[in-house]
Amino acid sequence: MAPLTAITTAPLDTAALVRALDTTGIGAVTTFIGLVRDHNLGRRVLHLEYEAYDALALRGLDLIVTETSAQWPTVRLAIHHRTGRMEIGEASVAIAAASPHRADAFSASRYAIERIKQIVPIWKHEYFEGGDVWIEGATADPDNTEARDQALRIACA
Amino acid sequence: MRVTVRLFARLRDIAGAGELAREAPAGATVGAVWAGLVAEYPELSPYEKSISCAVNADYSRFTATVADGDEVAFLPPVSGG
Repeated sequence: MAPLTAITTAPLDTAALVRALDTTGIGAVTTFIGLVRDHNLGRRVLHLEYEAYDALALRGLDLIVTETSAQWPTVRLAIHHRTGRMEIGEASVAIAAASPHRADAFSASRYAIERIKQIVPIWKHEYFEGGDVWIEGATADPDNTEARDQALRIACA
Repeated sequence: MRVTVRLFARLRDIAGAGELAREAPAGATVGAVWAGLVAEYPELSPYEKSISCAVNADYSRFTATVADGDEVAFLPPVSGG
């Protein structure tokens, strides 16, 4: 059985992620898969290399699972994030959310991806036509309630 | 005392290494460890406002005190997903 959270260099297996969830009493499972896109900010992207602070990134994913459970007590969540080199179209992150009803599964899944982008210590190194650049997004602070509230608003919109 | 400094992404590129062993006085804060690094690698300085930090692979604060043998990590703004 796959672990509920993982930072891995192996290709992601969404089906295994879904199988890892206890589906007792569950009526809906949503999956979200983030892919390496071929363009970013007008640049033609060739490939990405993801770097993580593995130990803390795993803690970050676990924290997101805990936060999600507090917000949606009946939702069960699994999150795997891949690191290393990935080609265009490959999956970098996969989220599976199981819930008795679909609305909470969609919301929890959206919340999780927003929080990943806010607090999990993972970085994209973008190789594009003409150069390469480290992508820098959010300052990682799990205690920043403003960021958390923003993720909640997006999830429940 | 001795701490292990971990740097990631662009910070690692600037310092030329992802892991550095550094001396710090007893009672030093994470902020003091960072200040020592900036003195060594001035190019890190612009990150002062946007980085976060971790001690022993747990989110921390610049005001936190570090202990001998601690792993102190500095994280540029994250971009997972």
